Amino acid sequence: MPTIKKTKVEYEGRVEEREVIVEEEYIEPWGADAELTVVGRPTPRVDGVPRVTGRARYTHDARWPDLLVGRFLRSPHPHARLVRIDSRRAEAMPGVWLVWHRDQPPPVERFEGRPLFTEELPYEGAEVAFLVAENERIAEDALAAIEVEYEELAFAHDLDDAMAEDAPPTLLDDESNLVDPEGDTYERGSVEQGLQDADVVVDLTFTTPRAAHCCLETHGSVARWEGDHLTVWHSTQGINRCKGSLADALDMPMDEIRVICEYVGGGFGSKFAAENYTVLAALASKATQHPVSALLDRREEHLVGGYRPSSRQRVRLGAKRDGTLTLIEHEAWIGTGAYGESGPIVGGPAKDLYASPNARTATWTVRANTDAHRAFRAPGYVEGTFALEGAMDALAEELDMDPLDLRLKNYTEQSPSRDTPYTDKRLREAYEIGAERMGWRSREERRATSGVWKRGWGMATQIWGGGGGPPAKAIVKLESDGTAEVLLGVQDLGTGTKTVLAQVAAEELGLPLDRVRVVIGDTQGTPYGPGSGGSVTLASTTPAVRNAVHDALRQLFGIAAYMLDMPDEAPDQFYTEQGEIVYRPDPTKRISFVQVAAKVGNYMFVGTGARGPNPDDAAINTFGAHFAEVEVNTRTGQVRVNKVVAVHDIGRVVNPLTATSQVIGGVNMALGYVLMEERVFNARTGLQLTANLEDYRLVTIADAPVVDVAFVDVADIQANSVGSKGLGEPPIIPLAAAVANAVADAIGVRITALPITPDRVLNALRAEREEQ
Amino acid sequence: MADKVHVTTLLNGESVEFLCAPSQTLLECLRDILGLTGAKNGCNDGNCGACSVLLDGRLANSCLVLGAEADGRTVITIEGLADWAGLHPIQQSFVEEDGLQCGCCTPGMIIAAKALLDREPNPSDGRIREWMAGNLCRCTGYETITRAVRRAAAHLNGEGAEG
Repeated sequence: MPTIKKTKVEYEGRVEEREVIVEEEYIEPWGADAELTVVGRPTPRVDGVPRVTGRARYTHDARWPDLLVGRFLRSPHPHARLVRIDSRRAEAMPGVWLVWHRDQPPPVERFEGRPLFTEELPYEGAEVAFLVAENERIAEDALAAIEVEYEELAFAHDLDDAMAEDAPPTLLDDESNLVDPEGDTYERGSVEQGLQDADVVVDLTFTTPRAAHCCLETHGSVARWEGDHLTVWHSTQGINRCKGSLADALDMPMDEIRVICEYVGGGFGSKFAAENYTVLAALASKATQHPVSALLDRREEHLVGGYRPSSRQRVRLGAKRDGTLTLIEHEAWIGTGAYGESGPIVGGPAKDLYASPNARTATWTVRANTDAHRAFRAPGYVEGTFALEGAMDALAEELDMDPLDLRLKNYTEQSPSRDTPYTDKRLREAYEIGAERMGWRSREERRATSGVWKRGWGMATQIWGGGGGPPAKAIVKLESDGTAEVLLGVQDLGTGTKTVLAQVAAEELGLPLDRVRVVIGDTQGTPYGPGSGGSVTLASTTPAVRNAVHDALRQLFGIAAYMLDMPDEAPDQFYTEQGEIVYRPDPTKRISFVQVAAKVGNYMFVGTGARGPNPDDAAINTFGAHFAEVEVNTRTGQVRVNKVVAVHDIGRVVNPLTATSQVIGGVNMALGYVLMEERVFNARTGLQLTANLEDYRLVTIADAPVVDVAFVDVADIQANSVGSKGLGEPPIIPLAAAVANAVADAIGVRITALPITPDRVLNALRAEREEQ
Repeated sequence: MADKVHVTTLLNGESVEFLCAPSQTLLECLRDILGLTGAKNGCNDGNCGACSVLLDGRLANSCLVLGAEADGRTVITIEGLADWAGLHPIQQSFVEEDGLQCGCCTPGMIIAAKALLDREPNPSDGRIREWMAGNLCRCTGYETITRAVRRAAAHLNGEGAEG
């Protein structure tokens, strides 16, 4: 019988208590030394073939001969008022089906608390009209035929502008550009005490830019009605989130909505719920009785697809002579857009990474005239770690201590903000492995002191959630030929979710991997699964798969007992091994799945399982450390990252092949953030200068450093029954700080503003020279 | 509406005829007219390489080529690599080395790798990195892609899968 229990779940730095349904009996976790045959083995992804043959169908590939194309007319001003709009010429053009705008609104006028088309247009790219036409060409010509008159308004394009005394309001009706004047605060002990107890204090300010997600597949949806039933292909990290939000937006019953996303071309935090384009595609499809696509182009993606918010962070650290921290203080201002809500937990690392009796964090979010920020892979923690770990290195320098020793000195076995132990924490091992592989302790022997290239080393730490939690559910169907189908309402962003689900199911079933098929990416026929954010997917769903398999096997074992002439034996007297059901007291007594299945004919064993609660009074976190070796050209300012060692503690590694890819990928994405990526605006016009993939610079294969990846790889058996925690976000967190610390080590000057571009390096060197 | 252009091309080994608008790109023709959605529209301005095809054996961004320009020429897309016997060795290597994550850049990466290995069977790592720099990937971190190309080269040179 299902019962209700309370459990704590951490999501991107916020811990919340949830009431969850608990239905399954306790399943023994796979111990650290469990002999597993599929889990833990490097496994090429089960959906690799469709992805390398072009057969994988992404949202952008959902198309039919009668598909109509939806496109937006967008504001060309950072802040404007729509004075007049006339779409009659566009509507008269052959091949144009409909045009919606402020004066001619769609059947559902409001979305997310605002009209879909507003009079005030508070950022470049704000939606002015939506037009549906037979094809792209006609749509473009028709958009150009819409006549619009704008009144330009004063704007603030970035954090500094928007925070100025005389800053214009980002939204005309807003009294302040601060989202919440109170801010988001946390305190333990007292700052005064921390300062009083300190022998040394460092006080630094760091800034980080807006960075764009740049998913290779831009945001988009395709909608198709059949009778009262709506099917939506949505490029998303959360098919169920999309379904729920669409039901709300369209005031529709959930059983009439199906959301499909079998393949998604990147998300990185930017793709979850139904968006305005999803709603408009659905409405237009209903109005025209044709399927309608609404796919953003690359320029639109940069204008309205979101970004990691900019930040200004002040970090003050106090320490005793021996390195013991007495104070960690972190104040931050986050730069979002006109409709942005409170920013991410930038103070998370400051709260939780190190033991310090006194700590305070305070964060305010500031609106400017751009689109709103979105969650971006480890929101807040990438920015916050860059600042905190930069300050830690500055403190180490002040104390004349090795940066790694300073971190070890302040190691904590308890979660400082939750005041509870961790389910497991093996950061110390991660430090050791990383230091060994980088040759950290012998680095001075390799320091190049001559020539224009200066070599340096840096390291930094990461803490992140990734423990996952309920709710998540799985269904397992055992077919009559001894194969299995596993169904979950989740999606695979490319992280390898589908593959690890298949591995865990195969392991629990005692079947080879190729006899298990996983169905995800479709809300039809699958039970509820969580969105893929906060690195929760694996830790939330794989225990549910174990439970579902367990449920199906219990049924199967009952029949096996009968066939083995021991009908009264309990199901727990059996186990599975390579497709056979084995009697535990006498392993010679065995019978294959196929034999049992043949006996029962077309009866299908269906097992269901849910994710159980998290352990009480323990924090579930992932940890890791990155070490970087860089060379900096003191004549050109170029930074070259020679080598990165990345070591993470995520509990058991289910698939070392895809886990390694995930880390290398995170490192490279972070490399772009630290060295080159920035959404740049023209201060005079307020318009974005980097709204394409030429001016917005991404790391290419030619820039990629050697990445040495390692895992501590010890199952966290307190965390969940698989012993694994998430890896989606951890690899992007500590790299910026590690590289920035290495650059400081190389040139003797700390650059506190990202990205560390050649001009910033040269300016820092010049300032240093002038000071001397 | 403007008159359509009649195009005859040798597409993935088969003679294909289609009609397109003079302004339609080859990428649009592949995806919208011919139903081949393997080549992706990542940026539509030649910066990401996700739409890569081979045009008369040369690597091209199909978003920068007009459909009409394909007339009388050979075009190979990602759909033309695998045959009934299985994956092309480059595709196989990308799966084995995990040279892909979301997979959106993957068709373009594989086509770019084929263009390289067709003319240079034994490229150095440096050469691979130089050649493939026109194809952006946001997920993998590239190292596994370099490994996949190296493995494919070894395989194609008859050195066995381990190379």
